[in-house]
Amino acid sequence: MADILIAAILTIITAATPLVYAALGEMITEKSGVLNLGVEGMILVGAVAGFATIHSTGSAALAIFAGLAAGALLASVFALLVLGFQATQVATGLALTIFGIGVSALVGQDLVGIAYDGLPKISIPLLSSIPVIGPLLFQHDILVYGSFALVFLVAWFLKNTRPGLVLRAVGNSHDAAHAIGYPVIRIRYMAILFGGAMAGLAGAYLSLAYSPLWIENMSAGRGWIALALVVFATWRPWRVFFGAYLFGGITIFQLHAQAFGVGVPAQIMSMLPYLATIVVLVIISRDINKIKLNAPMCIGKPFHPTA
Amino acid sequence: MKINTNPFGILKSLPALFLAAAMMVAGTSAQAEDIKVGFVYVGPVGDHGWTYRHDQGRLAVEKELGVATTFVESVAEGADSERVIRNLATTGHGLIFTTSFGYMNPTLKVAEQFPDVKFEHATGYKRADNLSTYSARFYEGRTVLGTIAGHMSKTGVVGYIASFPIPEVVRGINAFILAMRKVNPDAVVKVVWVNSWYDPGKEGDAAKALIDQGADIITQHTDSPAPLQVAEQRGVYAFGQASDMSAFAPTAQLTAIINDWNPYYVSRVKALMEGTWESQDVWSGIKTGMVEFAPYGDAVPAEARAAADAVREGIVNGTLHSFDGPINNQAGEQVIGEGETLDDGVLLGMDWYVEGVQGELGGQ
Repeated sequence: MADILIAAILTIITAATPLVYAALGEMITEKSGVLNLGVEGMILVGAVAGFATIHSTGSAALAIFAGLAAGALLASVFALLVLGFQATQVATGLALTIFGIGVSALVGQDLVGIAYDGLPKISIPLLSSIPVIGPLLFQHDILVYGSFALVFLVAWFLKNTRPGLVLRAVGNSHDAAHAIGYPVIRIRYMAILFGGAMAGLAGAYLSLAYSPLWIENMSAGRGWIALALVVFATWRPWRVFFGAYLFGGITIFQLHAQAFGVGVPAQIMSMLPYLATIVVLVIISRDINKIKLNAPMCIGKPFHPTA
Repeated sequence: MKINTNPFGILKSLPALFLAAAMMVAGTSAQAEDIKVGFVYVGPVGDHGWTYRHDQGRLAVEKELGVATTFVESVAEGADSERVIRNLATTGHGLIFTTSFGYMNPTLKVAEQFPDVKFEHATGYKRADNLSTYSARFYEGRTVLGTIAGHMSKTGVVGYIASFPIPEVVRGINAFILAMRKVNPDAVVKVVWVNSWYDPGKEGDAAKALIDQGADIITQHTDSPAPLQVAEQRGVYAFGQASDMSAFAPTAQLTAIINDWNPYYVSRVKALMEGTWESQDVWSGIKTGMVEFAPYGDAVPAEARAAADAVREGIVNGTLHSFDGPINNQAGEQVIGEGETLDDGVLLGMDWYVEGVQGELGGQ
């Protein structure tokens, strides 16, 4: 029984990791006051770039970097359109997703049907041999460790650093931030690029570790789930992290429950992760004042620098 | 304005005139050069599954008959498909294959408007004088897989990753466990529904959950090779789906069901060329080669191979049917007795599990 539990938790970690990356990246973008609905597209270009690189070079480090760079590259197109040309963020983001699906399919045509063993697991000496905790926390691939680090970094950055404060200021009142002299456009540019890079890492995780292969549209809607997580977690990093694990956890739990033969119709089981994640996050975040405090007030609004 | 001063200019168009005359002489007997065949696909040709196999059929038509073909991929079911099908019909295609269930009504509508063009719709049930339907008895393939699983499973537990609770999928699950229980009467199949045809991550997670709960063979009715990859990593066995997936699981894949539309497509285009094409309803399986298999994996012992071959032969000869009685339902009540066989009507509407399937079927 303990073995099943440990195996299940390990599966939960792999299911949650791509969501952690994509959602935390999007959270930073949104904190700067920009809504990027192109997460799904950026995940896919990250996935195909990562897989193409591992296939041609064999280097995991290069492949991870390629995924990150591809996501950031696609995000820079979005940034140019919405910041440079003042295009509507919602429509541009949707176009980015559709473009990402198409371009990743085109690039990945010759990669379909190729197998890869998956990123190597890195066991941390000593710690990984502790019973139960060792296998759960200290025997993962580099991207899982990275996702743990990312949530600490993002939380610390937003709460305790001056650039974090500036980022929040830009997202809450771009006119005020501009009046004080902060470069609103440049800061938003960087936030969008960061969001794209993290979505690209989420994609690289999908095609290098989660299910190490490339097929068209392999993200299967995870970008949209990441977007929803950010809103329901009311733009707070630890809640985003918690939400990702809750969603992953209930997904895996319901698969196990079905395999176990629990007499609940499969349709209800499949609904459960979405339902439970929304309900739990809404309940813990129901304080309206806290929501106002954390939600970026300028989200989706274009910024015209005047004076 | 440029004036053509070349007195021989008229000669350039002579071959075209001769060709036109030759076509008039040839009359109704169509030649390979003037037949075009159209294909409408629901997914990308690179999906390594359903659409990929249809496209292999298209390529076989081109290669064996020298006929020009056109395909349109990733066509959404519904209104958009009607536009695509009509477009093919107006651009000189004599035969058009529409390869997904959701194209049924659009295909019928266009077929009514173009009585001289022939249409073939996969997996549907609406027909007309110029509209045929065709589908494959994939459950026959599941019977062969179940036989192999019965010989090879040590735990007697098979994990089945399923997409949506529709008769096509339920039929496959039932055929599988019926065959497996003929070899190992205590065998059970654990079913996990992922409510998707295609989500590599979730399919892989389902495979992990099933293996964690004691399944030592994984089989699936979803489209991605992710479950086979998981099986390979975890050291259990698995069956490929729709295509040979051994690249993803060189030791784990025991065999795979392969959808082979090639002979059917070639025969239908040939019939059109010979003027013998008629509207029909085809639902065939192993016998006509519509359901094929990947080579057995090295792990499959001789005894299991012999048993699987015997089942295949029995299905081809008609001495064996996947749904021969006696058959009990999930609750253990007898549905049909010895010597009886479920008819196609029951199979087409199948919404109940047979004995040996674990889990709840939605919608009951």
